[in-house]
Formats: sequence, C-alpha cells, structure tokens
Amino acid sequence: MTLMKLTLRIWRQKNARTEGQFVTYQLDNVSEHMSFLEMLDVLNEGLVAKGEEPVAFDHDCREGICGACSLMINGYPHGPLPKTTTCQLHMRHFKDGDVITVEPWRARAFPVIKDCVTDRSAFDRIMQAGGFISVRTGGTPDANALPIRKRSADLSMDAAACIGCGACVAACKNASAMLFVAAKVGQFAHLPQGQVERKERVKAMIGRMDVEGFGNCTNTYDCEGACPKQIPRRFINEMNRDFIWAALTE
Amino acid sequence: MKLDAKCPSGPIAQQWDKHRFDMKLINPANKRKFDAIVVGTGLAGASAAASLAELGYKVDVFCFSDSPRRAHSIAAQGGINAAKNYPNDGDSVMRLFYDTVKGGDFRARESNVYRLAQVSNAIIDQCVAQGVPFAREYSGLLDNRSFGGAQVSRTFYARGQTGQQLLLGAYSALMRQVGLGQVKMHARTEMLDLVVIDGRARGIVVRDLVSGEIRSYAADAVVLATGGYANIFYLSTNAKACNATAIWRAHKRGAGLANPCYTQIHPTCIPRSGDYQSKLTLMSESLRNDGRVWVPKAKVDKRSPDQIPESERDYYLERKYPSYGNLAPRDISSRAAKEVCDEGRGVGPSGFGVYLDFADSIQRLGKSVIEERYGNLFEMYERITGENPYGVPMRIYPAPHYTMGGLWVDYNLMSTIDGLHVIGEANFSDHGANRLGASALMQGLADGYFILPYTLGHYFASSKLGKLTTDHPEFKRVENEVNERQQRLTSMNGKRTPDSFHRALGAIMWEKCGMARNERGLKEALQAIPALREEFWQNLKITGSREEYNVVLEHAGRVADFLEFAETMCLDALTRTESCGGHFREESHTPDGEAQRDDENFCHATVWEHLGDGKTPMAHKESLTFDTVKLTVRSYK
Ligand SMILES: Cc1cc2nc3c(=O)[nH]c(=O)nc-3n(C[C@H](O)[C@H](O)[C@H](O)COP(=O)(O)OP(=O)(O)OC[C@H]3O[C@@H](n4cnc5c(N)ncnc54)[C@H](O)[C@@H]3O)c2cc1C
Ligand code: SF4
Ligand code: FES
Repeated sequence: MTLMKLTLRIWRQKNARTEGQFVTYQLDNVSEHMSFLEMLDVLNEGLVAKGEEPVAFDHDCREGICGACSLMINGYPHGPLPKTTTCQLHMRHFKDGDVITVEPWRARAFPVIKDCVTDRSAFDRIMQAGGFISVRTGGTPDANALPIRKRSADLSMDAAACIGCGACVAACKNASAMLFVAAKVGQFAHLPQGQVERKERVKAMIGRMDVEGFGNCTNTYDCEGACPKQIPRRFINEMNRDFIWAALTE
Repeated sequence: MKLDAKCPSGPIAQQWDKHRFDMKLINPANKRKFDAIVVGTGLAGASAAASLAELGYKVDVFCFSDSPRRAHSIAAQGGINAAKNYPNDGDSVMRLFYDTVKGGDFRARESNVYRLAQVSNAIIDQCVAQGVPFAREYSGLLDNRSFGGAQVSRTFYARGQTGQQLLLGAYSALMRQVGLGQVKMHARTEMLDLVVIDGRARGIVVRDLVSGEIRSYAADAVVLATGGYANIFYLSTNAKACNATAIWRAHKRGAGLANPCYTQIHPTCIPRSGDYQSKLTLMSESLRNDGRVWVPKAKVDKRSPDQIPESERDYYLERKYPSYGNLAPRDISSRAAKEVCDEGRGVGPSGFGVYLDFADSIQRLGKSVIEERYGNLFEMYERITGENPYGVPMRIYPAPHYTMGGLWVDYNLMSTIDGLHVIGEANFSDHGANRLGASALMQGLADGYFILPYTLGHYFASSKLGKLTTDHPEFKRVENEVNERQQRLTSMNGKRTPDSFHRALGAIMWEKCGMARNERGLKEALQAIPALREEFWQNLKITGSREEYNVVLEHAGRVADFLEFAETMCLDALTRTESCGGHFREESHTPDGEAQRDDENFCHATVWEHLGDGKTPMAHKESLTFDTVKLTVRSYK
C-alpha cells in the first residue's frame, strides 16, 4: 500500500460574519485507499486531539447520492475526476508530495456558514416555487393507466438524477443555477404528468432563481463538465425553449 | 407500561377498512386548529408532513441536514415492493403479506403487516402521479424485477436510485406545502429531547446546528420519523449522521423500545480497507443474481483468485443451500460469510472478505450483458477499491444495514406516550426479526402517505388537547436539562475525541452483538459498555463552543446516546435466548447449525421500559398471535 505525504491548503472561516483565509496543514501517511473525506477525517481527528477546531465540511451518505458533500479541490468542484462526488474521490488519484487546495463553493447565493460549509437553501426555495406536480396524496389513477414511452421515462430519469449538490453553480463563472433548475424542469417536461403545469413551473422556478441571486447563463457549460451526475446541457436548451414558449403564449 | 396494540377485530382483510370507518374525523374547517411536529424528512417524514399539510393541519418539520432532500432514504438503491401483480405471476396482497410475515421469522404483528401489503399499491400510484420516473418497458408500462429472493417480480425501481427518486417525490410534495405556507421547515435543526405534559407528547427541544441555540417547539402531537440506529456499530451502510438520539430521548421520557436486538446485517458490502474507514458501502443485492460466492477451501490461502483452481474453491452457499444457492436470504448469507472467515478462509488483505465472482456469468452471457445489468455498480466498486470486477472477482463482506427494532407503536402508529407517533425505520416495524429487500421504502411511504394522516386525525379528534405554548414550565425544565447536558459535554476537557469513543463502542457491538451473539459475549459487552460510558463522561474532548456550528459537539451528543442505547440492545439480545431472523444466538441452533426459533417462549415483541439512569430497564411483552399465517420453520435448504 502506498502512503503519501500531502500539503493541504484549506479555507478556514469561523462564521458568516468573519473573514476567512487559507491555512496550511501537513499530512503524512495518507493511504491511497482512503476517500478524500476520510483523509480529511484523519486530519480532523489530529486537530481535535491537539485541541484545535476541525475543518467543517458538509457530508452524509458518502456514496455520491445525497448531494451534501461539496468542496472545490484544486479549483475543481468535487475534484478533478469526472462523474465523481468528493465523497467518492479516492486518494489514489493524488500522489506523494501533492499540494491540495480545498475551498467551499463560491457563489453569492451560497453564503459560507463555516469553513467549507455553505448555505444552499436557495435550491430548496427554487423547488418551493414550482419543483413539483401539484397532486395531493390519494385519489391518483392506477400507475399503469398512463403508459409512458420508455424513451421519455429514461430522459426524465436522466434529468431526475440531479443530487442538488450545487457543483454546477460553483463551476459557473456567473454562478448560475441553470443546470440544477433545468434538471428539475426537464424531469417533468418529459413526462405526461408534468404537462399541466409546464408553463407555470418553468416561469416560477426561473423567477425564483433570479430572486435568489444566481447569475445569468452565458452558455459556457462549465456546469456540465463539473456535474458529478453528468446532467447534460440539452436540458438547459430545452428549458430555454420552454421559457420562451411560456412567455410568448401568456 | 400498558401495551394495547388496538388491532381491529374481524377478518384480517377487512380490519383496515373497518378501522378507518370507526376512526373519528375532524371537519375541514377545524383542521387548521391542530398542529403537528414531524421530526425527520426521509421517506416516512416527508410523506407524512406533506400529506398532513395537504389535509389542512399546520406542520413544523425538522431535520439535521442542510436540506430535507438529503435524508438517508436517498441512498436506497434496489427498489420498492408492491402487490400490483402487473407481471401476472401470481402476486397478491395476501402473498406480499405472507412473505413479509414469514421473512420476518414470525415476529411481526399480523394486522399491521396485512395493512402494509394492502396500501402498497396506492404508493406506486401516488409516486407515478408525482412524476417519479420508474423504469418502464417498451410498452410504456412499468417494469418489475424480483428482489431479495422473492419468487414473484414485485419490485418497482428507478435505475439504481429508487430511494432517491421516491424521496425527491415526497420532498417535492413537501416543498410545495412549504411554498404554500402550510409547513414550516427547520433544516439544520436537531431534536435533543421530547416534552411530555400531562402524559401527552406536546413538543420538542432542539438545537439550531448553525447558531447553537437551544429552543422549544410546542404542538398537539409529535411524529418521529428519524430513521434507524445501525450506526451504533460505527461502521455501517447508513449515512454518517444517522443516529438514535430522537428515539432514545423519547424512550427515556416513557416510550417503550421494542426489540432493539433485531438488526440486519447485509451480505453484499465492500470490505473495510483500513483503520481510517468511515463507513461501508452497500453493493446492491441484485448482484447475487449473477455472481457466485466462494472462498478457498484451504485456510489462509494467499494465492490470487485466478491461481486457485475450481477444485480448491468452496462455493459455500451453493453447497449448503442448494435450492437457494447464492440467493439465500440476507441473514443466512451473512452468517455463512462470517463462518468461513472465522475459519480463516476469508480473502483480501484483512481476511474478512469473500469473493463474488462474475467470471461464469461473463462467459455465459457475455460482458455486455453483465455491463448492462450492473455497469454502474461495477463502476462504483472500481472507484472505491481500484479493482476491476470484470477481471478479478469482487470482494464482499457483511455490514450492518438496517434496524428492525425501534419504538413500539400500536396499530395507529402511536407509541406508549399519548400523542407521540413513530413512523418509518424508527418504529419497531412490520418487518419482525428480519426485513425483506425493497420493503423498507414501502413501509416508510405506507406509514407517511396512507396510515398516519388518518390515525393522527383520529388522535386529534378523540383527545382533549388544551392549547399550550412553550411558555409552559415543562418546556423550560426540559430546556434546562438539555442545556446542562450540553454544558457537561463541553466542560470535561479530557483527551479522547467523540469519534474515538464511537469507534470503540462500534467494535464492542460488532464483536459481541453483531452477526452472531452468545451469552458470554453479551455479558462481556454489558460490562464493557458502562465502562466505556464512564470514561466518556470523564475523558471526552470537545473543541469549539456550544454557541456555534460545532460538529464535534453534535457527534458527542449522538455518541452519548448510543452509549446508553447499546446497553439496552445487548440486554435485549441476552434476554432473547432463541435465534430468529437477524438475531442469531449461537446457543440456539438445529443439529446442522441453522437458526432455531423458540416459539414456545419467544413468540412476542419485547418492549423495554426505561426506569431511570443506572437502573435495569423493565421488559414487557406483546405476545404475537398468528391466525392467518401458520407458524412454520423458515427453511432455505
Ligand atoms: C445503502 C442502503 C440501501 C438501501 N436500499 C433499500 C432498498 O433498495 N429498498 C428498501 O426498501 N430499503 C432500502 N434501504 C433501507 C431504507 O433506505 C431505509 O430504511 C429508509 O429509507 C428509512 O427511511 P426513514 O424515513 O424511516 O428514515 P431516514 O431516511 O433515515 O430519515 C431520517 C430523518 O430523520 C432526521 N433526523 C434523525 N434524527 C433527528 C433528530 N434528532 N433531529 C432532527 N432530525 C432528525 C434526519 O435528518 C432525516 O431527515 C437501504 C438502506 C441503505 C443504508
Ligand atoms: S445539476 Fe449536477 S452539479 Fe448541478 S446540482 Fe444537480 S447534480 Fe449537482
Ligand atoms: S456525502 Fe452524499 S454525495 Fe457525497
């Protein structure tokens, strides 16, 4: 098993009201089999043992599905490996002697809470504006009463795979949330159940996105490359079409 | 403590209808006068909160993560069961009910399980209407697969992300209610205690995880949907923050805790790779459809797998359980893996692993078929281990995964504290001593969408609930207790981190109260746990202060509760001298080494009553009767 020595430059910020700065840490004996977060766990255990506060970062499932973990790693959201969340990034992709820079998502709509933890509740508020089909519990028709083309269901699932992590926002020079919003809009736009509220949904969600302070999309598509679930840009194009159509047919 | 399950009388198939008719209703205009607290936003909590709000109740919802969408339910991969019988292969409500009772090794309550099977179909309808993109056939109709050894195909799925899609459905419904102002969402807020006034649950005390502030909330009823306690083992497939604090605190306030020893150890997880290991990753059980499980026949055989000839391999599941083979149920497969590893025949660097080999299937079906079936799982395996499972066999080992035990509830999902309802994995569940694959999602959503909204209304309508606020002195008293506890945690200035205590506890539990248990080990655990707890309360080290975002303090509080929970769990395991489902007592086996149930003495749920710190809890029994399904031995030979 290969063991590495690493230099970590990590963003430390006490809370939302104070300024932050990078602090450098040395870590020896990093195993290639560790995940990136396990490497930070080891750092943190050492810090706590010394009486220093550990580095705060969001995480939970550590399986690439909850969307809690974030971290800009050497300038890449979720690190340099494609299709991979930070929690699924393993240290075998780094080498002995590496200097690794770790920071929070940077976006006006995602203020820092502490260290690398940010407030992403803006995504929840976009969802509240229209990220649903307005059915109530009960009284729904039999699930097979409405056949849906497999291709439509698959496309809907492609969009629905979004984990709400915010890497798309972090990757975008305008801090736009277009890919996230387009993924939710797209999930419903490809399903017959989603047609009734299609226009209202796209308008409401984009409207809320603007209110939350996310930037405009200038079609650079860094979001697509950073997205750990590879949500394709086509959903942005489709959403733009829907938005225009919704505005024109008002 | 009185245990009245309140099961309706009459033929089992009509009980739920009858009960719904007998329950009291609240007229629509009056619903807004009632409010409920829902703790947890997994499948159970999110579906319950949304449904209650739609009915017109005012709801306050809490979760510890930054967004309700991140609850642990999101990680479920395999699927959700329902008795739709779409494939026309002979499924029915009766069969799903029967399979669940039998799979649970006859340790669940028949009336509840029947109702679960009954409402299962409505769940699928509901989710489709919400826009959950389930897998479909070319006909446009829903696809099903068979799962976890079931003989019918009743599992609905959305790629390998069923839990995610179901949760996002429930979360969307919840967000809609937040937008409408019916629900107030409190994320990054952790419940630390329950407030009981005049014998009724009337509120909770929470900590705002960002500011550290301790606050109270009052309501007419409290619903706990706080998930399972498998993280008591430290290493489990659960998300890192899953914990038992909510149910343990409620238990200490009077809620009976049922069957805490029933835990499920899942056979197909990636083995641990080192001391830094933070959690274990589940590989979907579906892999066992095409993978063959084996270990070398010889002990400590360090040859690489391709150097071990067929004749020197032991396909032990196929050998021991010829009719089920590699698809033997979870508990049986897990124990068999432990056995061969304990014999010294385990593989991989630690010796705690067995092979799951796809070579035969790849040869028979072609790589592309295997890739189509399991591509994403193989990719995940390679990402974690750095090994390519198309070339070398996967290594797997069992890991704690799910907990069947939990707070005792009656037919209305109400605990032994009036007004405290418990749903999802947090209650002692319809799964008896062992849960079948794809049935937890079903139960969480059944509780949340289709059972609790009725039974909670009945509780409101049939109870005299005076209005009260958090100004009531009891709230202040509990708040003070919580503050004192927080103060104690932060003021020890000791040497050991909460994580180190958690790991130590996990090691004890895995060793003594894990896949196989015996009297000696459990008695040792019952010595070791209090000793560790004592050290915890003297030698704990916490950085930072209480008045800020402080993950070390958060973790410490959860570990403190696990350290108490563990003792009752071991006591329960010690008391239940039979083997059943996920609980295998080494002393109780058949001549050929299989689990031996003892229906004569243990056909009951054990419900523990807390009698005070330092006192042995008192055991109560809810005896279980099987009128519809006949008690039989579960055999998979
Ligand atoms: C890897 C994995 C795969 C699985 N796959 C399947 C599958 O394919 N099919 C299946 O049927 N089952 C599966 N299961 C089991 C199933 O996912 C869970 O049993 C189920 O999702 C639990 O849902 P829940 O709503 O009860 O709780 P959870 O989803 O665990 O939600 C708990 C909620 O409570 C909140 N909470 C907890 N404590 C507090 C507190 N003190 N204060 C505030 N909030 C609190 C949390 O924030 C969270 O929102 C799987 C489990 C795992 C681990
Ligand atoms: S679109 Fe991709 S990057 Fe953006 S939130 Fe969803 S999963 Fe994350
Ligand atoms: S921790 Fe859940 S996606 Fe990384």
